[in-house]
Amino acid sequence: MSVKKAMVGNRGKGTKSDCYVELELKASGGVQLELKSKVNSLYGKAISGLAREIMSFFEVRDAYLLIEDSGAVDFVLAARIEAAVKMLVSTNKEFLLPRLETNVGSTKRSTFRFSRLYLPGNSPKLMLNAGLHKPNGLILDLEDAVAPEKKHEARFVVRNALRNLDFYGAERMVRINQGDMGIEDLEYIVPQNVNLILIPKCESDEDVLAVDAAIQKLKTKNNPSNDIWLMPIIESAKGVINAYKIAAASKNISSIAIGLEDYTADLGTHRTPEGNESFFARSMVVNAARAAGVQPIDSVFSDVSDMEALAENARRSKGLGFDGMGCIHPRQIKVIHESFAPSATEIEKAKRIFLAFKEAKAKGLGVVSLGTKMIDAPVVKRAVNTITVAVNIGVLDKDWERQAESQV
Amino acid sequence: MTKYDKLVTNAAGRVVPTIINGEEHTPFMGVGKYKPSGRKYGPRIASCADYPEDGNKLVPGLKEALMKSGLKDGMTISTHHHFRNGDLMANQVFDIAKELGIKDLRWFPSASFPCQEHLIQYLEDGTINRIEGSMNGPLGRFASLGKMKGVGVLRSHGGRYQAIQDGEVKIDIAVIAAPTADAFGNANGVNGNAACGLLGFALGDSQYADKVIVVTDNLVPFPAIPWQIHGNYIDYVVKVDKVGLPEKIISGTTQITKSPDRLLIAEITAEFCEKAGLIYDGFSYQAGAGGTALSIGNYFGDILRKNNWKAGFIRAGSNKYPVEMLEEGIVGYILDGQTFDLEGVRSMRENANHVDTSPFTSYNYHGKGNFASLIDIVVLGATEVDVNFNANVVSHSDGFLLHGIGGWQNTLFGKTTIMPIPLFRDRIPVIRDEVTTLCAPGEMIDVIVTERGIAINPLRADLIEKTKDSGLPIKTIQELKAEAEAICGIPEKPDLGDEIIAVIKWVDGTVIDSVRRVIE
Repeated sequence: MSVKKAMVGNRGKGTKSDCYVELELKASGGVQLELKSKVNSLYGKAISGLAREIMSFFEVRDAYLLIEDSGAVDFVLAARIEAAVKMLVSTNKEFLLPRLETNVGSTKRSTFRFSRLYLPGNSPKLMLNAGLHKPNGLILDLEDAVAPEKKHEARFVVRNALRNLDFYGAERMVRINQGDMGIEDLEYIVPQNVNLILIPKCESDEDVLAVDAAIQKLKTKNNPSNDIWLMPIIESAKGVINAYKIAAASKNISSIAIGLEDYTADLGTHRTPEGNESFFARSMVVNAARAAGVQPIDSVFSDVSDMEALAENARRSKGLGFDGMGCIHPRQIKVIHESFAPSATEIEKAKRIFLAFKEAKAKGLGVVSLGTKMIDAPVVKRAVNTITVAVNIGVLDKDWERQAESQV
Repeated sequence: MTKYDKLVTNAAGRVVPTIINGEEHTPFMGVGKYKPSGRKYGPRIASCADYPEDGNKLVPGLKEALMKSGLKDGMTISTHHHFRNGDLMANQVFDIAKELGIKDLRWFPSASFPCQEHLIQYLEDGTINRIEGSMNGPLGRFASLGKMKGVGVLRSHGGRYQAIQDGEVKIDIAVIAAPTADAFGNANGVNGNAACGLLGFALGDSQYADKVIVVTDNLVPFPAIPWQIHGNYIDYVVKVDKVGLPEKIISGTTQITKSPDRLLIAEITAEFCEKAGLIYDGFSYQAGAGGTALSIGNYFGDILRKNNWKAGFIRAGSNKYPVEMLEEGIVGYILDGQTFDLEGVRSMRENANHVDTSPFTSYNYHGKGNFASLIDIVVLGATEVDVNFNANVVSHSDGFLLHGIGGWQNTLFGKTTIMPIPLFRDRIPVIRDEVTTLCAPGEMIDVIVTERGIAINPLRADLIEKTKDSGLPIKTIQELKAEAEAICGIPEKPDLGDEIIAVIKWVDGTVIDSVRRVIE
């Protein structure tokens, strides 16, 4: 590379849990480390030790390294320093800290995805506590939330976060970039046991297949043991028209989502609170997803201060048939969960239907009825779904059936 | 004069001097253990024959007032912080002292603020010997680096009153900035262009100082009502153009937090209080400043409305949020120590149930009771706590003095003290093996609430029992500490010298800890 001095990370007022790194290769003199840290009296030695370890790992022997630290934890410091090194030195080595035990393992195709919280991939300060707000999924975003000149360094932060950030049980998701850049992103995330990859701006099944093939290739090479699910995002008129083909493109697709900001721009209109302009698209995505047997997921709601409008939006979304939606602020999570969760009345009704069905089956009856109403198969299926959701989100005890019996 | 001498280990295991700035002090003996005998300090007897019969105590300017008060080397001068970061008085007083060539003054503020950074030059040139009071921001940094000539003494609001009443600090001249006053010296903080609420922090000074100067920009004909400060205590009245900047009483910490992490802590705190049965019809709580504390008050409001309950009283630091609850009728009274915004000032002026208090009524340990111990829930912050629930509120983990004690030590005497704090701030863990500076013994602190779990002091078996099946994330304090260190790493000990630059007083006037010089 032709760069002489590498500069990565964030500095200045308001920077927290992050750092800024400058690296310049020298001809001699060893590694001169200049550390300016807000936490110098408590972690100065630890930070210098880590920095020197990384320099020697990449065999950088003579250099000037400046670290302006605003309380970054080790995996962030390591990501920043490695990103700087790789702007100046060509190497295939990766400096990886020991992986957190919780960051292995797979999720299921049917894992609940009511809420998924977007986190900008180059903003570590938002990452450390994100999982505490209990979203179903945390998305480390490499795409729209990262400025073009920061794409390189964000990959290291996201890679290290997949290994060393505690997700507190949230599904570990990454949104990659579009096209070739997205394919390159995969090298940083596939070997790190990512659970789900969001593919932005999908317009055809080929968009999905290209990513899918690249993942399989990397999996063969790196042999991570986990499943990696795909969530293509449809953000254009063309994508909407091809929704079913996209949803059915691969067996690895768990869900498809719609992104309404780009979609409405593509239509030449804008988003309104009523959402008439996107009714067709949302409905199309729901139908395509159901036809392909995957989860339909709605767009984000962008007014983070209006929780009532968010709840209204989420209820409408559930009414259209969506299984969840995106969040851009942790305070939205609870509202979305409450809106997508089955109500107490819905749960009670589902329980009665399920018990009536079981009783009829035990008696060998072909027709199930509850009161004067006949119950057919789809109704039972919906009731089973409602019960599963209720149990999974903790509003219904998993032993409810036994408890119901003992009450009789 | 040696700065300090005769070091002993006090009952909290901390090494403290018993001679400080040439005066004798008692080491901390344990909570409730120190029982002084004898009588309180008596102010000098004045005679009204020496004061103008027409009640006009006006003098042309602050300089004349200070000169008439006999300002000289080595005196103790007090100022007060009811304008918080909008105080204009302290800087002027010491500008005059400098101009008159006075040296070695002891500044005895009820609190200091960054707007008084101006005084560093006088600490350097010897005009001021030392600060006895909180040392915020730049002043704390200056003191921490060992640059102050005398040893700083930090007291709580109640402890400051106690020190005045017990004769530990004899104030030579008190200068009280008053938004409204008459020429006789009656004064209040609720009226006038610079209305800032109340003048409670200056009450003790007015009663006990040798000379008392009231400075106002709103001189009204006798009587200035309400007379929060009585003219009978006042020597001189000075009229100025601007007495303080009331808009600066609103600090950044008087808005409800928007931070999702802090809101989460507030939410968990309120849920804990509800599930532990601490909230009931008629309960009372301390509403602190700070975004998290204010949000907790909001959640308390939701719980009150849901149950159709009413809080008996709020002990405040008031601002618009408690005022809204008072006006809505879900709170009986606000017992206010200081106002944090202009809504608080308005309410105090208009609403008879919004009552001004002083550190004597609410906090003074050497009184016949104080109402701090009647409060059900006290919510306080801390810079550090340790595995024995000891807490620090004045210094950071790097050793620098950055905050005052305020009413913090005094309100610890409430029935349940809860500290909602983030488990780490910018990589700095809040739970340590040992606090850098001890401001409160662990027995005073009942619950630590963090975003990653709640630790209950083992002494509060009742709370542990009540919340054991609550579904709340109850953990031991060691578990919380380990969780923070897994994320942040184990911190080194900061580099502190042996030299003592300040001492921390407990509420009864005993010395609970020393603050050491920071080596940069």
